[in-house]
Amino acid sequence: MIKVKINGQEQSWDGDPDLPLLWFLRDEAGLTGTKYGCGQALCGACTVIVDKEAVRACITSINDVAGREVTTIEGLHPNGDHPVQKAWRQVNVPQCGFCQAGQIMQAAALLMDNPKPSHDQIREAMSGNICRCGCYQRIENAVHLASTGV
Amino acid sequence: MNFIDNPRKLHSFEKNIRVEKVSRRSILKGLGITGGFVLAAPVMSRQALAYETGAGKMPHGVVVDPRVFVAVAPDGTVTILAHRSEMGTGVRTSLPLIVAEEMEADWSRVKVQQAHGDEVKFGNQDTDGSRSTRHYLIPMRQIGASARIMLEQAAAKRWGVPATEVKAVNHEVVHSASGRKLGFGELAADAAKESVPAVEGLKLKDPKDFRYLGKGQVGIVDLHDITTGKARYGADVRLPGMKYAVIARPPVTGGKLVKFDPDAALKVPGVEKVMQVRGWPWPSKFQPLGGVAVIARNTGAAIKGRDALKLTWDDGANGKYDSVAYRKELEEASRKPGLVVRQEGDADAALKGADKVIVGEYYLPHLAHVSMEPPVAVADVKGDKAEIWAPVQSPGGTREDVAKTLGIPEGNVTVNVTLLGGGFGRKSKCDFALEAALLSKELGAPVKVQWTREDDVRHDFLHTVSVERIEAGLDKSGKVIAWRHRSVAPTIASTFAAGAKHEAAFELGMGLVDMPFEIANISCENPEAAAFTRIGWFRSVSNIPRAFAVQSMVGEIAAATGRDQKETLLALIGTPRIVKPAVKDMWNYGEPQDSYPIDTARLRKVVELVAEKGEWGRPVAKGHGLGIAVHRSFVSYIATIVEVAVDDKGKLTVPRVDTAIDCGTYVNPERIASQIEGAAIMGLSLAKYGEISFKDGKVEQKNFDDFQVIRIDESPAVTNVYIVPPGPDTPPSGVGEPGVPPFAPALMNAIFAATGKRIRSLPLGKQLEA
Repeated sequence: MIKVKINGQEQSWDGDPDLPLLWFLRDEAGLTGTKYGCGQALCGACTVIVDKEAVRACITSINDVAGREVTTIEGLHPNGDHPVQKAWRQVNVPQCGFCQAGQIMQAAALLMDNPKPSHDQIREAMSGNICRCGCYQRIENAVHLASTGV
Repeated sequence: MNFIDNPRKLHSFEKNIRVEKVSRRSILKGLGITGGFVLAAPVMSRQALAYETGAGKMPHGVVVDPRVFVAVAPDGTVTILAHRSEMGTGVRTSLPLIVAEEMEADWSRVKVQQAHGDEVKFGNQDTDGSRSTRHYLIPMRQIGASARIMLEQAAAKRWGVPATEVKAVNHEVVHSASGRKLGFGELAADAAKESVPAVEGLKLKDPKDFRYLGKGQVGIVDLHDITTGKARYGADVRLPGMKYAVIARPPVTGGKLVKFDPDAALKVPGVEKVMQVRGWPWPSKFQPLGGVAVIARNTGAAIKGRDALKLTWDDGANGKYDSVAYRKELEEASRKPGLVVRQEGDADAALKGADKVIVGEYYLPHLAHVSMEPPVAVADVKGDKAEIWAPVQSPGGTREDVAKTLGIPEGNVTVNVTLLGGGFGRKSKCDFALEAALLSKELGAPVKVQWTREDDVRHDFLHTVSVERIEAGLDKSGKVIAWRHRSVAPTIASTFAAGAKHEAAFELGMGLVDMPFEIANISCENPEAAAFTRIGWFRSVSNIPRAFAVQSMVGEIAAATGRDQKETLLALIGTPRIVKPAVKDMWNYGEPQDSYPIDTARLRKVVELVAEKGEWGRPVAKGHGLGIAVHRSFVSYIATIVEVAVDDKGKLTVPRVDTAIDCGTYVNPERIASQIEGAAIMGLSLAKYGEISFKDGKVEQKNFDDFQVIRIDESPAVTNVYIVPPGPDTPPSGVGEPGVPPFAPALMNAIFAATGKRIRSLPLGKQLEA
């Protein structure tokens, strides 16, 4: 039996320990905010925060996070008012919105690590997250806004 | 029967909230009438409006009826149906916003509800072709105005005053003479009893009184849900007892399963079943390819099981498709005469007599859509009834195809439209929903079919591959006197009918025969090209290779004559005029030529605007260059300037992009800007990396590692968007697609300016490093 804390709640799993965390979250725990985009850690749509680090849930097995704390988009802030989320809305970042949970989690992890990133640092840190609609200019501006106070 | 002549009572506005549950048939039956509200012809007379659109000619036309689209609850909540699919353009906000504007509803008290697929009830729902605002600006205004008038009439009756003395203002109706007011909610029940005013003669708001339209101050309705993970896409639908399916499909289009061994798959923990999926012979429009499905308790197990299947395929006739060899065939075909699709003057003679002939052969490979949400659908089929939840661009078409595939009446199929995690034309084909329906029927349980990214890249309805060859003949003064453009590309029609080898009118009309330059001798030709895989619409469609070729040729002419790119472009566009190409059955994006002509004054205007705002001719650093391109598509006019920087190792960066768009009357400039910003990214993606290639009939790419798209660290440092202010009554035109086509040629013209290298073959790849 694998135990993992997700958004502050203890969850357990007695199935395949190799099951990617992504599918545990989406299909077993019903937390569909975390998205599938590639399954190979190429696009970042499935980004969650494990302890204080951004990880790709599609290549992280449920066993890898046993006993650790996982935060998904649903748990980032109780009212959805994390500075990154607020900045995202202020800048009107999303188009289709599908990649945005992953983008927001990546940005939140970046700001935990580096509260005042430069534009170059933002572009580097966010380069693992693909947005096919092409919202990059606004993503960069929103992360900058979140880092300077929303 | 025209409902306008037959005012009558209908069910109440409150009931209208549940309008989706009420079938059209039962409403009509209840009323004892045989006609409908579907206006198959253009919505109104020329007297009523300054322009007409092609909306009435789309399947099922337009429905203008407030009782179908609007409901007012006693608490004042106004529910407005969004009947088009949201894939990132903002349409789910923009169309209801138009209704709210015109009915004087307070947007903060409006709820948007997504309509299910039912074109008889809602009118055409096929969300592609950059048509939503273009076709629905006026109908949505009419719906809002009708609802407003019904509320006003109800209030006037309540107070016993003439309706002319009352006015709806921000969610209430006011009688200013007496100072009385009634909220929309208080009037809802009475308003529902009022007759619906005739569409003709409806007085619409004066645009100077607009609170929302044209302002760009309203965020998309899903913004909060998207930023908190609550927004529901097709992939997020979960039903009790639902099974998860992942399918192995034939690696070659038209291939067939010979045998399979499910044993290893069945040993994967969580896998419950392995079953065959029915396939249709190629081509068969959007019918499934067939294959073997692995059914599991979660998607992870289904993927692992699918990868463990042992499969033997018969590749069939397309097993020899090879992109390297096929390119040579297309190039050879482009060097010989083909079917003439536009002829003015004598291009042959003029080319022979020209002082100089410039020849460019431009190549664009297949492109995959790769929307961030790969195809996915949930189906629950019980007996002769089916319910679908899917991110589809064409819910009406999906309903029709599900009914046909299952052999049940269309009325027994419900298609629920979720948000689309990107579409770009891929999700106007509903094959994934058909797969889910087939599996659910066989399993007797709800099923979600999830495509992996590899499935998406390998089994897409791809953008066509094309060679565009242009010969431009110049006289001694450098003036272009002859133009021959041969376009050789497999047609989308090949996905619908075997053996189609010529491009359809709608493909020819995307930048080939509608070429707007003022040249005396023009020949446009379309040599034959066969298809060996599924070809489909990709955002902007044939405009991508056409604009790339035509606008690159402008750059080549500028270079050959030693003139400025922009001046060369304006000289080719020529005098301000309406272009009427000598083309039989000219396709104009389905729009009437009168309302949507090819207007070179507007084409010139966007070139001049982008040149002014984008500081054309500004000095740039060493290794930098500026390129410009313009293109009319989806009846909009767009010009783009790209600045590139190429370092001594050939590494490309894009410091700045400027784009001017004339899309006529518009609703939400903020979303227009976001579409154009995104189009620059998609344009850069296809120009730099976009290539799907085939070997032995199989797609060689599989995921974002080998089918790359632009990431944030290589995106333009800044993209500026300028919107041409519309004239009074300028018809609205497309926004979602037109931003893409001019990007690649502007980029290649900029690369030429920076390096002297002319890139005629896409993608750019490592060509600058050589």
